[in-house]
Amino acid sequence: MNEIINVESFSENVVKLVVKAPRIARSRKPGHFIILRIDEKGERIPLTIAAADEKAGTITLVAQKVGVTSKRLCEMKPGDSILDLVGPLGKATHIEKVGTVLACGGGVGVAPLLPIVEGFKKAGNRVVTILAARSKDLIILEDEIRKWSDEVIVMTDDGSHGRKGLVTAGAEEVIKREKVDECVAIGPAVMMKFTSLLTQKYNIPTQASLNAIMVDGTGMCGACRVSVGGQTKFTCVDGPEFDAEKIDFDELILRLGGYKAEEKEAFERFMQTVTI
Amino acid sequence: KDRGLIERVKMPEMNAMKRVCYQDREVNLGLDVQSAVREAQRCMDCVNPTCMEGCPVSINIPKFIKNIERGEFLEAAKTLKETSALPAVCGRVCPQEKQCEANCFYTLKLKKTPVAIGYLERFAADYERESGQASIPETAPKNGIKVAAIGSGPASLAFAGDMIKLGYDVTVFEALHEIGGVLKYGIPEFRLPNKIVDVELDNLEKMGVRFERNFIVGRTASFDDLKAEGYQAFFVASGAGLPRFMNIPGENYNGILSSNEYLTRVNLMNAADDSFDTPVLKGKNVAVVGGGNTAMDSVRTAKRLGADRAMIIYRRSREEMPARVEEIHHAEEEGIEFINLTNPIEYFSDENGRVKSMKVQRMELAEADASGRRRPVVIEGSEYEIPVDVVVVAIGVSPNPLVPSELPQLKVSRWGTIDVDSETMQSSMPELFAGGDIVRGGATVILAMGDGRRAAAGMHQYLSEQN
Ligand SMILES: Cc1cc2nc3c(=O)[nH]c(=O)nc-3n(C[C@H](O)[C@H](O)[C@H](O)COP(=O)(O)OP(=O)(O)OC[C@H]3O[C@@H](n4cnc5c(N)ncnc54)[C@H](O)[C@@H]3O)c2cc1C
Ligand SMILES: Cc1cc2nc3c(=O)[nH]c(=O)nc-3n(C[C@H](O)[C@H](O)[C@H](O)COP(=O)(O)OP(=O)(O)OC[C@H]3O[C@@H](n4cnc5c(N)ncnc54)[C@H](O)[C@@H]3O)c2cc1C
Ligand code: SF4
Ligand code: SF4
Ligand code: FES
Ligand SMILES: [Mg+2]
Repeated sequence: MNEIINVESFSENVVKLVVKAPRIARSRKPGHFIILRIDEKGERIPLTIAAADEKAGTITLVAQKVGVTSKRLCEMKPGDSILDLVGPLGKATHIEKVGTVLACGGGVGVAPLLPIVEGFKKAGNRVVTILAARSKDLIILEDEIRKWSDEVIVMTDDGSHGRKGLVTAGAEEVIKREKVDECVAIGPAVMMKFTSLLTQKYNIPTQASLNAIMVDGTGMCGACRVSVGGQTKFTCVDGPEFDAEKIDFDELILRLGGYKAEEKEAFERFMQTVTI
Repeated sequence: KDRGLIERVKMPEMNAMKRVCYQDREVNLGLDVQSAVREAQRCMDCVNPTCMEGCPVSINIPKFIKNIERGEFLEAAKTLKETSALPAVCGRVCPQEKQCEANCFYTLKLKKTPVAIGYLERFAADYERESGQASIPETAPKNGIKVAAIGSGPASLAFAGDMIKLGYDVTVFEALHEIGGVLKYGIPEFRLPNKIVDVELDNLEKMGVRFERNFIVGRTASFDDLKAEGYQAFFVASGAGLPRFMNIPGENYNGILSSNEYLTRVNLMNAADDSFDTPVLKGKNVAVVGGGNTAMDSVRTAKRLGADRAMIIYRRSREEMPARVEEIHHAEEEGIEFINLTNPIEYFSDENGRVKSMKVQRMELAEADASGRRRPVVIEGSEYEIPVDVVVVAIGVSPNPLVPSELPQLKVSRWGTIDVDSETMQSSMPELFAGGDIVRGGATVILAMGDGRRAAAGMHQYLSEQN
């Protein structure tokens, strides 16, 4: 079940996994995600479907090591199996021909951005993509993104690749230069917050894809709730993409830290088990 | 001998101070043979057994109890299984005091405590299971017709049991990684041990029912996909999994969660056990909002996770609490604080966004309205704050919208429940039947099972006409 076919490291902390999941490969659309549980004692975590190969019956996941589960996942080998994998979850991205689309991806946010960029391009849009990360080795999927973008601007905090600066600097340059009809932002919550503040200034409709904490992913638990336009929404079934202008990012950022102490404890326990 | 003079048996239970130290030890220990037989002797074998009218699936109560009295415990279990798919579960979780036992001759006519029908049901079912002589029911020759059940809660399990006996090829699809629905992710071990549910699942599997976990019908595959794979009819029992919140200020602070999230973390994900990766918040001052079974399960879980204060905040009084009486009683024994006639109106947080207190207001009950319920009304100026670090909101659930949202042509009520014919459980789409909480809103295990059985009969009729 859910055999891992291929593993590729993008950097020390970011890994691409190709996993056998024929049904999901067939039914998924850009914007969809899955939830997996590595083994009997594992937790359920959501990951975006970065790509799928219907013929081979596989889906591609890109995971960044941030805690116990993602670390264990990134250390899995071809031939290993993931015990539970369910999907596709969430609402698919609304893709149509709008004109020019500005796609902004930060860190591993580029993984979920890839199928969306591809979708917008295939729908006949001009697509300008900004890839942003702290440094060169954290820029992922650049070649794949280039394949589906008319132009790619790379921004790094330290200037080790592309230009030095934040995602917003690159985005503003594009907005000032040409008419942008729609923006999509995926990455860390802070990055999406500031991108959204920028595009609001220019009245550009913007979608952000939220990474709220989840358990079931089917609308059953409410762990993933976020405030959008003053209303409570469940990211897993109502999202994960929402109108960025209406998202309460500050609340999202606080909620992402909801289990920080427990996650830290879990990580320390895990590190003990691997060193023994 | 005068049956009416025998005192109702007391259920032996684990000492309250001891049991709150364990998340997974069952509170009720079960009757021994001697006390079960003695309790059975109380039953008058009424000519007109009113108790049966109180049971949603009309179990032949006097018959199974007489079997116990005669010492024929396996026969008693057989009688139960004629009508109920999961007697070991219902004996534990049915609200007997509102159903069979409320209608017992003792309650109605003698004004005495009723025959302990629930305890006896549990006894017979447990006896059969532990004897290792549980019979696998016979199944008709395979008819090769594929049918699907969606969701794996009690409604689907009852449906699957009946359909497999009729010779159908039955697959149960479940979104989660475990089979059992609320029986697994909701109701805690201390009330319903998983191994009891698992025995029933094993039996269904042995009879030939297939279970597909991690499969969301409508997403992983569409109804049309499944039809193309040969499924001729569907039983939708996707439950009432959508938690309600109160929409009051501060409700999205960290530390405030739905009972579904709280119980799922502990029951489905084993979060209370450090060797499992899923975290759970262990609060010192835990408030649970609500007065139903879900609220009781949550507050008693909080106590077991080490809370100093585990509180129920309920806007009506104890008499109106919808929870099973036994659970309220057990909660009281365990030192749960009941802050009744009180309602939260706002939450406050610390600088990290973690809840630190809740503002509540006192309520009083007005005269009964047309529906006969006494409505809680606010006492002006009665607000005060309660310090809390975890709040569990257990004020009810709405029907799971997943299936209806995939089938625009399916008729649903304005509350989102699926409309069905109450006899056949057939929906507005002829090949689609539905039952359990997705039809009733939040109801009970036994009602869900009754629906599953009626749907099986309805679908069998329908398919017999089609094929
Ligand atoms: C719809 C969606 C799509 C996502 N797609 C990707 C992706 O393609 N690639 C990727 O690397 N990451 C993705 N994430 C984030 C990923 O799920 C988390 O990084 C992961 O769950 C961290 O778990 P952990 O045990 O490794 O870390 P932990 O140490 O447990 O947590 C680190 C941080 O991750 C977040 N987190 C923890 N548990 C969960 C959980 N169960 N659900 C969601 N967030 C959690 C919290 O903010 C937490 O503080 C996505 C999240 C969502 C909601
Ligand atoms: C905490 C708690 C305590 C309770 N205590 C009691 C009690 O003491 N006594 C009592 O009688 N009742 C009790 N109840 C109520 C009782 O559990 C429910 O009425 C009953 O479980 C409903 O059964 P069901 O078969 O309709 O669905 P559920 O048990 O809700 O199961 C539905 C299942 O369907 C799955 N599902 C949903 N959509 C899909 C899909 N598209 N594809 C695949 N799978 C899907 C869900 O994941 C879920 O597992 C309690 C409920 C809760 C939450
Ligand atoms: S199934 Fe429930 S209501 Fe019916 S007899 Fe058993 S305990 Fe009573
Ligand atoms: S009503 Fe009470 S006494 Fe009469 S048959 Fe039923 S359980 Fe026995
Ligand atoms: S993850 Fe449970 S409701 Fe969204
Ligand atoms: Mg984790």
